[in-house]
Amino acid sequence: MRGLRKRNPRGQARAASWMILPYALHFLVFLAYPLAFTFVLVFHRWDVFTPMEWVGLANIARLVRDEWFLRAIWNTLVFVVIHIPLQLILALFFALLLNEKIRGRTFFRATYFLPVVVSGVVVSFVWLQIYSYESGLLNQLLALLGLPKLPWLTSRALAMPSIAIMATWKNVGLYIVLFLAGLQSIPSYLYEVADLDGASGWQKFRWITFPMLNPTVVLVIVLSTIGGFSLFIEPYMMTDGGPENSTLSAVLYIYRQAFDFYRMGYAATLGFAFALMVFAVVLIQRRVSEGEAA
Amino acid sequence: MRSRVARPSFSLGRTGIYLALGLGAVVFAYPFLWMAMSSLKPEMEITSLALWSSHLGLHNYAQVLRKIPIFRALLNSVVVSATVTACVVVFGSMGGYALAKLRFRGSRPLLAVILFTMLVPMHVTLIPTYILMVKLRWTDTYLALITPFAVSGFSLLVFRQFFLSVPNDLIDAARVDGCGEFRILTRIVWPLSRPAMATVAILTFMSSWNEVLWPLIVIKKFDLMTLPQLVTIFAVGGQAEAQLGMKLAAATLLALPIVAAYVFLQRYFIESMATTGLKG
Repeated sequence: MRGLRKRNPRGQARAASWMILPYALHFLVFLAYPLAFTFVLVFHRWDVFTPMEWVGLANIARLVRDEWFLRAIWNTLVFVVIHIPLQLILALFFALLLNEKIRGRTFFRATYFLPVVVSGVVVSFVWLQIYSYESGLLNQLLALLGLPKLPWLTSRALAMPSIAIMATWKNVGLYIVLFLAGLQSIPSYLYEVADLDGASGWQKFRWITFPMLNPTVVLVIVLSTIGGFSLFIEPYMMTDGGPENSTLSAVLYIYRQAFDFYRMGYAATLGFAFALMVFAVVLIQRRVSEGEAA
Repeated sequence: MRSRVARPSFSLGRTGIYLALGLGAVVFAYPFLWMAMSSLKPEMEITSLALWSSHLGLHNYAQVLRKIPIFRALLNSVVVSATVTACVVVFGSMGGYALAKLRFRGSRPLLAVILFTMLVPMHVTLIPTYILMVKLRWTDTYLALITPFAVSGFSLLVFRQFFLSVPNDLIDAARVDGCGEFRILTRIVWPLSRPAMATVAILTFMSSWNEVLWPLIVIKKFDLMTLPQLVTIFAVGGQAEAQLGMKLAAATLLALPIVAAYVFLQRYFIESMATTGLKG
């Protein structure tokens, strides 16, 4: 067979270069060029309309002292720190329930997954009505239970947690499905052996299910970290970064610098710095998880 | 998945399990049901928690259609998402085929480059890509909405992975018969790879349909706006003059096509994302 495959290596190489061409062009135009250009922008001031102006390290000096950017990063971290654990726990909980012998698994799974496929715009808009102070669904529900109304999106303390809860609701279906696949790949003889040894339900979860799910947990954490750090459309639509900038996310801040104030050089610098941070966080997570696995 | 032996039982008991699952279903489905039903209610009754009203009607939809070019936006979204999906499937399968089945110099480094580019977050390339669009005078054109998404490294990887399992004998036999590589791809490999094509197509279509940040940046003309963009501007901006019912109708129209697709292709949607771990 090898001989046959080598029959026309030059023809194969020519075909390959044609087949790779679209990707190669796209890579040059939409990745290599933008990356190189970002690097150039970092050292310039530019408002798009007038020529670029060399400013040396001024953008970086400005970034280091930019309290707003720090604030935006802090807000994004608050979001991620609430969102990821909540997501992990809920996803694991529902996946464990769905993994039981139950009727209607397909129906439940499909329902939990529904918010994943619907546009973030729709979700943000509906949750705006759910969180509304005067007539929101949640506050009506609280009133029915005889509890006081809560300023879900209008108080500094609650706004970001509210957005994190909504984002969890939107994405948890995906992670339920990932956990379910992980659970179903655990060989059942492990549980049979544990049964012979008289292990309790909790012991089986702690010493079989949980360790065997470790790769899925790592995947879920990495995916939701990357997703979490790109938080944009929710605060953009729901709070416009308020109240008092408590929901100003890093991407929203970069967007405003670029497209509201036309500070392209500075926005590129922010984007570069933020991407490096996310990259570092993901690398650390991978190191930690590999360290645990070893 | 099949032939399941008894698993460690949750300590909730069967009733508890169904109760928790049912509560979950209500929590995940109710907001969408509420949105759809409220869009049919008169303005006075909208904020009620109840789903039903005796005055359901399409008046909000009629008003939305009069106020904003929603059919034009729907058409734009369909054109853009369909074109992007077709391009990603065709170009992705070409690249994936070259990586999986053709011998050429640089195929290993290429694979490494693709993996690396998938780690570059979109925040870095957003601004320069916008500037590129301005320089090319592509802002306010379909080109700006399509070209940046027309090829994806992710699709190359999915196709490569799938094509590796296509037997070489089959391809070699076609080569012996004098079949060119492009014809082998379209006549032999494509018909064998429907699952991979469905996965890539669903993920691409969904993320293209739901994309809103990029259109907000490159499109300013109302006639060229995509549906999510138009709905965002409509719902956030003052266009609806605080008419909640109209905003809900617009949001429902935005959700409807993808939910309809999801209802029919539910299994494929879920499997696509479960196997790749991505939301597109």
